[in-house]
Amino acid sequence: MDLLYKIFLDPFVQMGTAPDLLVQTLWEGLVAGVLYSLIALGFVLIFKASGVFNFAQGIMVVFAALTLVGLHEHGVPAYLALALTILVMLGLAFAVERLILRPLVNQPDIILFMATFGLTYFLIGFGELIFGGETKIMIANQLGLPRGAIDVKLAGGFVSIQKIDIAAAVIASLMVAGLAIFFQRTRIGRALRAVADSHRAALSVGISLEQIWVIVWFAAGLVALTTGIMWGARSDVSFALDVIALKALPVLILGGLTSIPGAIVGGLIIGIGEKLGEFYWGPLMGSGIESWFAYVIALIFLLFRPQGLFGERIIERI
Amino acid sequence: MFYREAGQFKTNYAADVAVFPILQDRIGLGIILFIAAVIIPWFGSSFLIQAVMIPFLIFSLAAIGLNLLTGYTGLLSLGTGAFMGVGAYACYKLTTYFPNVNIIIWIAASGFFSAAIGVLFGLPSLRIKGFYLAVATLAAQFFLSWCFIRQPWFYNYNVSGAIEVPTRSLFGVPITGATATDTTRYFVVLGFVVVMTWAASNLVHGRIGRMWMAVRDMDLAAELTGIRLLPTKLLAFATSSFYCGVAGALLVFLWYGGAEPAVFDVNLSFFILFMVIIGGLGSLTGSFFGAALIFIMPIVLRYFPPKLGIPIHPATVEHIQYMVIGALIILFLIAEPAGLARLWQIGKQKLRVWPFPY
Amino acid sequence: MRAAGGPDVSVGDVLLSVEDVSLSFGGVRAVSGVSFDIRKGEIRAIIGPNGAGKTSMLNVINGFYHPQKGRITFKGETRSRMRPHDAAYGGIARTFQNVALFRGMTALDNIMAGRTLKMHANFFWQLLRYGPALREEVEHRKRVEEIIDFLKIQEIRRVPVGRLPYGLQKRVELGRALAMEPELLLLDEPMAGMNLEEKEDMSRFVLDVNDHYGTTIALIEHDMGVVMDLSDRVVVLDHGIKIADGTPDEVKRNQAVIDAYLGVAH
Repeated sequence: MDLLYKIFLDPFVQMGTAPDLLVQTLWEGLVAGVLYSLIALGFVLIFKASGVFNFAQGIMVVFAALTLVGLHEHGVPAYLALALTILVMLGLAFAVERLILRPLVNQPDIILFMATFGLTYFLIGFGELIFGGETKIMIANQLGLPRGAIDVKLAGGFVSIQKIDIAAAVIASLMVAGLAIFFQRTRIGRALRAVADSHRAALSVGISLEQIWVIVWFAAGLVALTTGIMWGARSDVSFALDVIALKALPVLILGGLTSIPGAIVGGLIIGIGEKLGEFYWGPLMGSGIESWFAYVIALIFLLFRPQGLFGERIIERI
Repeated sequence: MFYREAGQFKTNYAADVAVFPILQDRIGLGIILFIAAVIIPWFGSSFLIQAVMIPFLIFSLAAIGLNLLTGYTGLLSLGTGAFMGVGAYACYKLTTYFPNVNIIIWIAASGFFSAAIGVLFGLPSLRIKGFYLAVATLAAQFFLSWCFIRQPWFYNYNVSGAIEVPTRSLFGVPITGATATDTTRYFVVLGFVVVMTWAASNLVHGRIGRMWMAVRDMDLAAELTGIRLLPTKLLAFATSSFYCGVAGALLVFLWYGGAEPAVFDVNLSFFILFMVIIGGLGSLTGSFFGAALIFIMPIVLRYFPPKLGIPIHPATVEHIQYMVIGALIILFLIAEPAGLARLWQIGKQKLRVWPFPY
Repeated sequence: MRAAGGPDVSVGDVLLSVEDVSLSFGGVRAVSGVSFDIRKGEIRAIIGPNGAGKTSMLNVINGFYHPQKGRITFKGETRSRMRPHDAAYGGIARTFQNVALFRGMTALDNIMAGRTLKMHANFFWQLLRYGPALREEVEHRKRVEEIIDFLKIQEIRRVPVGRLPYGLQKRVELGRALAMEPELLLLDEPMAGMNLEEKEDMSRFVLDVNDHYGTTIALIEHDMGVVMDLSDRVVVLDHGIKIADGTPDEVKRNQAVIDAYLGVAH
């Protein structure tokens, strides 16, 4: 009885009595959600265009951030380092297309999925070998990102909002808008959508799959770099961040593998749900439920709607 | 020439349905068992037994477990580490509650706990497939890892948060804990691995193995031949988790002698999966090859360059290890998806026709 | 027309009847209001132009699709929602238009897999591969070897079926279906993509199965020569509607059938 009370009543009473804390928690969930959405967005881009479930997306985030910071540590000016990192991500896209996708074309999805595990481990080893395994600090200031917090008087208390979080939300929105325009309005974008619908049909109208793959992997690389900068500015840069890579998986499940709006909505749901769960229900079970809460939400969700919120229904044929 | 079955005719089906119908295979198996059971404990150094053979055998067992699920039934799992953890913690709890029951029994029994948990997390496999299922098993991984870290009941409220293996004996000879000798522990591990590998081999060569492979290769056609998908998949989850659970219990009780919860994290899951991929999906022999490659490579990397006079930092070893494993995974998936086991087959085929290639 | 005695001989009791079945996928009608029956021991052909709903019909019969309307009665039992494995238990086996074999398994294992339903040794005997499990394995292996001999695929026993040529894959698939010892065998275009010689072989197998084992067969086939030679009765579908039903000769003379095949507007 006491337990039921603690589960079903207590948290809501707390929310009611301290609305500023609720808003604070919601805001933090929102920001975490934005970053999850960005990672999931990278997944979706690649999945739509090449049918590959890219497990390495999260590691690409860390790899991009590490490259940026590592270059800066070696004395490269911040903006030049940024440009060079973009080049590195382009090189990575070419390498992935040439060394993984092309030799594995027409293999079952699950084989490609496992190949991206290989890519994940390779990138971890490679990144640490070159830039060292120790934790680094993101060069947020040098890139002109804002620092510090704003205290907003709200709901009978103060809500503290980090400026970097606002920047993250703004940049993420711009990025999504940019991608949407790219897909809807440009020739390459339309080609990408054609490939997503049917590889064979795309080939038959003369769209080069290789080019498309390089482009989407590069686009995913850029998304990864952006995410890496934002995430790195909030915490530090190291491969311990790979946890966030794994966090993006439930987001995908929730949103559906092929839907960009799904990735965004899924990210926000997971981000907010996780923070609320941790803050209000976490103490009941011993803290740290963040580590699995998202997965359990996704798992329950899968049972009822296997194709995700916005995914297309799969009809099996034989 | 040396490996040729010509002249070995089977006069009844009973002989032909044997797991090793070819004489040379049986001889080879005998030699391997002889080396493992007599030569290694007799002549092997403590380093070989404790740091190489024991963990190699345990990881092979875990790889066999995962292979039953992923290689034979086609269900990708990223929760192996957690299922191993369930085995280890179950064994720990059992032996602290009932210290008088023999530890061998508890190690075997811990597999059942792991199997039950495996079935529970395997339930979604009816509705979801492929990477969706992989994500579902990750849920198991993270949830169980969290339990081992945050729920003090699991580690008997130890201040350190780790579990320590008590000394337990069989016929007066200590087999776990600090006083057990390397050789004793090696024999226990070897016994488990031999018996369980034999049983797994029986399973995959019979009706159940065919049902699993049918589900893997074409689940709809399997259903139309009368195979019920859910029970078949759950049986695979249960059996696989049983193997992983026992491997986990062996890992803690007969190798580490104690464990931090972090041992059973997602990285362990990945390492076992890599053993399966590199060794060969759907091959029991391959599980041993894969475990050998993934487990022994770091040891070689660590000890050989210094001997050759090349100074190498331990951290660098780890980075190189990650890179090499990553590259190997991709390489194997591209060049030989059936893994080392397939190379072994090809080798045998070459031997069969040697010295005339055609 | 079949040489062996003409259509009258094979007409037995109704084994399976389809009554007023309709099936649609989100607004697209695949089958509408189709009724026909299949009698014991006959070879029943289902023909029709592409997209006529033939494969959907087979999928309904073995429980893979659930029709929105109508009833299927098999061996006197009416089931509204049958699952595919229920059909297998009931004695319905099936081959597929695009071969659906277990590609990673050998031909022998594929056919052995067809025996799954008949094998009962429990898990623990399986673990030991001893006693009932071993006896069962040997006994069923004998039956499977008979099928292998019958289909003349002895030399490919140990070959993973993914590596076999198409014609042989079709044969192995037939073997797997036969291993189930079905009462009703559904063949979805068993001769598609075969050359003349392979077609003749396959026709011979189909007739032999029908004669030796007394298995009732329903088959979809595009090759009219084959259909006319093999089948006792033919049902013709077009755009999901039944347009004719009768002996090969009757169907051949039917105006609606001729129109459907020649593409007269209707």
